Amino acid sequence: MSFYSDKVMSHFKNPKNVGEIKNADGIGEIGNPICGDMMVFYIKVDNNDIIEEVKYKTFGCVAAIAVSSIVSEMALGKSIQEVKKISNCDVAKALGGLPPNKMHCSNLGAQALHKAIENYESRCKK
Amino acid sequence: MDKKNVYLDNQTSTKLDDRVFNSMKPFFLENYFNPQSVYFLANHSRLALELARSQVAKLINADKQEIIFTSCGSEANNLAIKGIANALKYKGKHIIVSSIEHSSVLNSSKKLIAEGFEISYLKVNSKGEVITEQLISLLRKDTILVSIQYANPEIGTIQNIKKLASVVKNNNINNNFVAFHTDAVSACSSVQINVKDLNIDALTISSSIIHGPKGAAALYLKDKVPIVSQIDGGIQENYKRAGTENIPAIVGFGKACEIINNESFKNNVFIKNLRDKLITGILTKLKHVSLNGSIKNRLVGNVNFSVNFIEGESLVLFLDNYGIMISSGSACSNKNLKISTVLDAIGINNFLGQGTITFNLSKFNTENDINYVLEKLPYIVQKLRNISPVYSKFLNENKQEMI
Repeated sequence: MSFYSDKVMSHFKNPKNVGEIKNADGIGEIGNPICGDMMVFYIKVDNNDIIEEVKYKTFGCVAAIAVSSIVSEMALGKSIQEVKKISNCDVAKALGGLPPNKMHCSNLGAQALHKAIENYESRCKK
Repeated sequence: MDKKNVYLDNQTSTKLDDRVFNSMKPFFLENYFNPQSVYFLANHSRLALELARSQVAKLINADKQEIIFTSCGSEANNLAIKGIANALKYKGKHIIVSSIEHSSVLNSSKKLIAEGFEISYLKVNSKGEVITEQLISLLRKDTILVSIQYANPEIGTIQNIKKLASVVKNNNINNNFVAFHTDAVSACSSVQINVKDLNIDALTISSSIIHGPKGAAALYLKDKVPIVSQIDGGIQENYKRAGTENIPAIVGFGKACEIINNESFKNNVFIKNLRDKLITGILTKLKHVSLNGSIKNRLVGNVNFSVNFIEGESLVLFLDNYGIMISSGSACSNKNLKISTVLDAIGINNFLGQGTITFNLSKFNTENDINYVLEKLPYIVQKLRNISPVYSKFLNENKQEMI
């Protein structure tokens, strides 16, 4: 049995939605205090509060890259309210599980995305 | 180039030499007797055991009765550290080990703290070399044992063991006997070792790293140096290590030592050429990489690079996808999520440490293997850098930079 699930490996080998968004509506950056990994999420939101574009860049291990890829897929086309509900467990589940010492990577993805939403909402208030 | 398997992790495990395999075969199905048995056919096992002992001894210029067979390098290190410490504890309870030792030395010595021993750790410089002056300053009246790894499997640095041992033996602080042990598991396939010339008391050598089988290793223990056995039982290994001898593995281990003795000079030249081709190739094809360890005092097969802006585990598994097998000292590839103790000890920063990869070549590698790595590596590094926010930040700050 390999260390990572097939789903993790497939997202790692071909990560979806990699990149940056110029003039993004929200940007969320998060660093992992445990291992030093880093993730930046960019979102573009339409008038109905639907995420119409999501991109990211990730410095980190296989799990971190796979997590950012699946999180981007989970968020794309969803409403802000729905996306806020995405938890670390949802992320790990969607990837077919993560090794115990890599669970912290799943937190990173959801947190970076939520931070991007916070950033978007704080801009809206202004 | 089509996908192929390229094994470059030869400090973790090595391919068995065919001749080693052939030497072992009769000891599974024909000569399976316990060497301690008295009937005639058991003589084969006894002779084989003693031949292997001579072959191992010859490789390091020891006397054959100074070789204690164990099951692995970790066991030999445990025996050296715990066994010598316990035999000498009436003289003192202070032990010095380097900070870049194998975990079997670090954790054996750590365990002795509960028994009242005190451990001091030798620092290393940025190349991974132990600093002689610090060794002198750490020596105390109650120091009984010093253990310094001969060569490091991760960054390849070879220590000046002769000089370090002489510092310990000729110090003015401690007139007692201070035992000097070196873990030579990574060194013994390529570094010429002469225990008499080095003037050391104990040395660990293992079969699995020298194209021998797993399941055999040895501790060289100089004549008259006291030791307390760690596995108690029968009379094997002159009461120093009980347990039925693993004859097939020991026979293979002996054969592997004999082959090194005869062929290492030729192989070293070959491996070093491949290594230098890999180092030069990486430096030419990749920007923002740095070679770790010493250039001069380096294992012939070792290449260790920190690749900036990316993480090592990702790189290792991407290379694996192309059949290239290497290892990484990054935090993410360690179960405890810390960068390797060696990278920490040479003072590498965490970000750079994350992108550190190790290649260890062997006599079974070919020039084609190296060409294949040099073809795939730049592409994979670029792919991972394209995902990396650290790299895009760097590019934004240095816009004229084009890679």
